[in-house]
Amino acid sequence: MALDGPKQDFKYIGTRPERPDGWDKVTGKARFGADFSMPGMLHGAILRSPHAHAKIIKIDATKALALKGVKAVVTRADFPEGLEGEDWNIQENVMAGEKALYDGHAVAAVAATSQLIARDALKLIEVEYEVLPHVTDVDKAMAEDAPVIREGAADYSVPEGMHPNVVRYMESGRGDLEKGFAEADLVIEESFTTEAAHQGYIEPHACVANLGADGKGDLWCCTQGHWFVRQMCTAVLGLEATQLRVTPSEIGGGFGGKTTVFIDPVALALSRKAGRPVKLVMSRSEVLRATGPTASASMDIKMGMTKEGKITAASGTFRMQGGAFPGAPVDVTTMLAFANYDIEHVHHVGYDVMTNRPKQAAYRAPGAPMGAFATESVLDELCRGLGLDPIETRLKNAVKEGTPATFGPKFPPVGLIETLEEARAHPNYSVKLGPNQGRGVASGYWMNWGGETSASVAIGDDGSVQVSIGTVDIGGSRASMALMAAEAFGIPYENVRVSIADTGSLGINEPTHGSRATFASGLAIIEASREATRKLCQRAADKWGIDADAVTWEDGCAKPSGPNAGEFDPLTIAEIAAEMGSTGGPISGHHESTPDGFGGSFGTHVVDVEVDPETGRTTILRYLVVQDAGKAIHPAYVEGQFQGGAVQGIGWTLNEEYIYGEDGRLQNPIFLDYRVPVASDLPMIDTVIVEVPNPGHPYGVRGVGETGITPPLPAIANAVRDAIGVRMKKLPLTPPRVLAAIKARD
Amino acid sequence: MSKIHVTTKVNGDEVEYLCEPRETLLDCLRDHLDLTGAKEGCGTGDCGACSVTMDGRLVCSCLVLGAEAQGKEIATIEGMAEDGALHPLQRKFIEHAALQCGICTPGILVAAKSLLEKNPDPTETEMRYWLAGNLCRCTGYDKIIRAVMDAAAEMREAS
Ligand code: FES
Ligand code: FES
Repeated sequence: MALDGPKQDFKYIGTRPERPDGWDKVTGKARFGADFSMPGMLHGAILRSPHAHAKIIKIDATKALALKGVKAVVTRADFPEGLEGEDWNIQENVMAGEKALYDGHAVAAVAATSQLIARDALKLIEVEYEVLPHVTDVDKAMAEDAPVIREGAADYSVPEGMHPNVVRYMESGRGDLEKGFAEADLVIEESFTTEAAHQGYIEPHACVANLGADGKGDLWCCTQGHWFVRQMCTAVLGLEATQLRVTPSEIGGGFGGKTTVFIDPVALALSRKAGRPVKLVMSRSEVLRATGPTASASMDIKMGMTKEGKITAASGTFRMQGGAFPGAPVDVTTMLAFANYDIEHVHHVGYDVMTNRPKQAAYRAPGAPMGAFATESVLDELCRGLGLDPIETRLKNAVKEGTPATFGPKFPPVGLIETLEEARAHPNYSVKLGPNQGRGVASGYWMNWGGETSASVAIGDDGSVQVSIGTVDIGGSRASMALMAAEAFGIPYENVRVSIADTGSLGINEPTHGSRATFASGLAIIEASREATRKLCQRAADKWGIDADAVTWEDGCAKPSGPNAGEFDPLTIAEIAAEMGSTGGPISGHHESTPDGFGGSFGTHVVDVEVDPETGRTTILRYLVVQDAGKAIHPAYVEGQFQGGAVQGIGWTLNEEYIYGEDGRLQNPIFLDYRVPVASDLPMIDTVIVEVPNPGHPYGVRGVGETGITPPLPAIANAVRDAIGVRMKKLPLTPPRVLAAIKARD
Repeated sequence: MSKIHVTTKVNGDEVEYLCEPRETLLDCLRDHLDLTGAKEGCGTGDCGACSVTMDGRLVCSCLVLGAEAQGKEIATIEGMAEDGALHPLQRKFIEHAALQCGICTPGILVAAKSLLEKNPDPTETEMRYWLAGNLCRCTGYDKIIRAVMDAAAEMREAS
C-alpha cells in the first residue's frame, strides 16, 4: 500500500470531542450482552465440574428433563466429532468430553422457560465422576510424577524426555552468553513467579442464540470479535461459516478475554435442540472459574552489566501454564522479555505447560507483563548493585530505530528513549520521598498488531457520512474512527456516524485486540474515505466538464486545481450528495487489507509507594505513565488506556491472584475475594503522551491499549524494594507476603 | 409456584409486576420492567453495577428481593436525565471521557448522584471511599473522579 508518510497538520485529529455513543451510555440505553432478548426466548444454564480432574463415567438428565419448563439438555454428545487442533481444544473447553479438566469445566447445559427453572434443573442432572489426581502449579506440572492432563497434546517442538504436560518448547537468542557474562562487572541471577490474573471485565459473558435445524442461525453476544466468534462457533458445531450471523452488542470490557468463546456454542446447541432462541448469561463465579484468566509463570533470569551501566548479556527461562490446553503466551514472553534493550548476547527458553486450570485467554499484552516483571526487577538490582540511576541506565541501553531487536528484526522508528526522557523530566521523578516510601521505574513494550480488516464508508443524501467497521467499540473507539473520517473528508466530526457492522454486512475483521482497532480500522477508514473522495471529485469533474485529475478534495469540497482546471465554485459534499442519484448513483468507499505497518509502543512508568511496616500493605502514592501513541487521535481516550492499563497492572501486582486449594478448586471465585483495585486504593494516574509517528499509518497512529499493563508489575516491585530494602520475587505483593519479607529482613 | 404481586414506583411511575420470591429487584427491573440500565456484574454486592436507590437510599439491587420493593420508591439510571436534559453528572462523564466500555457507568452515576445529594462538596478522598463499592475495570477511576468533582462544582454554583 502506498503511504506518503504520516500526515502532520490536522484539523480534527488530536481534539477531544464527546464520544458519539456517550448519551446512550450515560442514560442506560446502550444495550450490552445481557440486555438483549427475543420473543419465545428460553434461558440456559450450565452444569460445571466440581472436580479439578475427573473422568466422566455417566451423565443422566432424566430427572432434569422431567422438570416442568425444561425444554432441552445438551452434553458433548450433541456436538460433532472429529475436530482437530484448536477447533477441538475450543470444543473440549466449552463442553467436556471424557474428562473434566478443571474446576468449573462445563459438563452439561439446560434450556428452560426461566432462568430459575434452568438453574433448578442443573441440580437434577446426575453426573458420575471418577476423580483423578490433579495439578495446578506450573513447576509441579513439569515434575516427573505429575498427573498427565492429556497424552499426546505436545507438538513437534518438545524435545524427547520431557513430561507430557510440556506441550510446546521454544529457544531463541544470539551471540555468546559466556563471553557476554565475562564482560560484566556484575552478574545477577534470580527466580520469579507471577500468579494468574483475570481480565476482570465487569460484564459477564452473555449471548442470545437462535439456530434452526436447517443450520441457519443468528447470535447476539458481547465479544471483542464477532468474526472470531463465527469461526469458532461454526467449527465447534459443524456449520457453514456464513450461515451464522453474529451481531455484537455493546461490550462491557474484554481486555483480551472476549476474543474467544465459552458459552456461545452451548447456547447455539441448546437453541438447535429446543427449536427456540436461548439466552445464556454467566454468573461472576462462572466467569472466574471457567473463562480464561491469563497464564501464571515461573522464571529464571540472569543478566550482566558493566559498571558504566551497559547490559552485556541476558538469559531467561520462562515456564508458563495456560490451563488444561496448549496456548500459554510464553512465545510472547520470550520475545519481549529483553526487547527494551540493545543486547548483543541474549538467550531465551520457553515452556508451555498444561495444568488442571481453565484454558487461559489473552489478557492485555498477553505474556509481556510476566517477563517484564522478572527482567526489569533484575535490571533494577543491577542498577542498585552498581550505584546507577535507573532511567540513565535504561537510556544507555534503550533500543531505537535500527537496533537489532532481541527477537530478531531491526526496530523501525520507536519511542522508548523519548518516554524515558519525559519520565526523567516529569516532576514526579524528583519528589522527595519520606520514610517507608520508595520509587520504582520500569519500561515495557508491545509490538501491536494489524490483522484482517475491512471497512466501508457511504455518503448520505445530505452529505453526512456513514462509517461501517468490524471492530467493536470497547473504549471509545467510535470517537477516534469518526475523527479520522472527519479528517479524511474534511467535514465536521458530528456529521459522521460510526456503526459496528455484523458479520453479515462486512468482510472479515479480526477482533478489537492486540491494540489494533484504531490503527487498522482507522487506516481502513482513511483509505475508504480517500476512495470515496476520489469518486466525489469525479462527480464534480463531470459536472464541470473537466478532467478528474484537475479536481482536488479539500475541506469537504471538490475544488478545481492546477493552472488549466478553469474557474469553478467549489462543490461541497452536501451539494454533490444531493445529486448522487442522477449523477451516477450512490457514492461509497471501501477498503480491506491486513496492514502490517503497526508500529510498536514503548512505555515507561514511575511509581512511588509507601509500605506500612506494621501490616505490609503497599499504598500507591503517585503514578506516572509515559507512553508513545504515535499520534493520539483522541487524547482523552489515549490517556484512558494508559490509566486503565496501569491500574490493572497495579491490581495484578498487589492483590489479584488465582488461589487454588489442595482439592484443586478455585478458592476465590467472587469479586469480594478476587479483589480488583477500587477507587479508594488509588491516587490520580498521571499521564504523558509521547508522539513518535508510526510511518505505517497515514496519520502516524500506534496502538496504545496493551503496553500500559507491562511496566506496573516491575515498577511497583522496584518501588517496594526501594521502600523496604527487600527484593520481592513472587507476585502478588499481598500484605502478608510483604510483612513476612520485612520480618525476615529484621 | 405462586408469584408475588408487587406494586411500586420506579422513576416516578407507578408500576406492578409478578415475581418469584427468589427474584432480586435487579431481576425484576431488568426482566419484568425492561429497565436494563442497571447491570449485573457480580450478583453478590461487590461491584455496584446494579446500583439504584430505594426510598432515597443507595442499594445494590442484586441484594434486594423484588418483593421488598412493594410500596417503595425506586430510582434507576433511566430516570436520571429529566425532560430530555442530562444530569450534570451525566454530561461531565461524557465531557471528561469518564467511561470506556460504559458497563459500570449507570451504577457509578447513580452512586455519585446519591453522594452529592448527601454531601455537595466532598473531598477527593470522600469521593473515592463512597465510590469504592463501584468497580470500574477500564478507567483506573482517574477520569471518573475528575468528572464527579467537576459536576459537584457546577451543581454547587448552580444552587
Ligand atoms: S451486581 Fe449487584 S453489586 Fe454487582
Ligand atoms: S468503563 Fe468499563 S468498567 Fe468502567
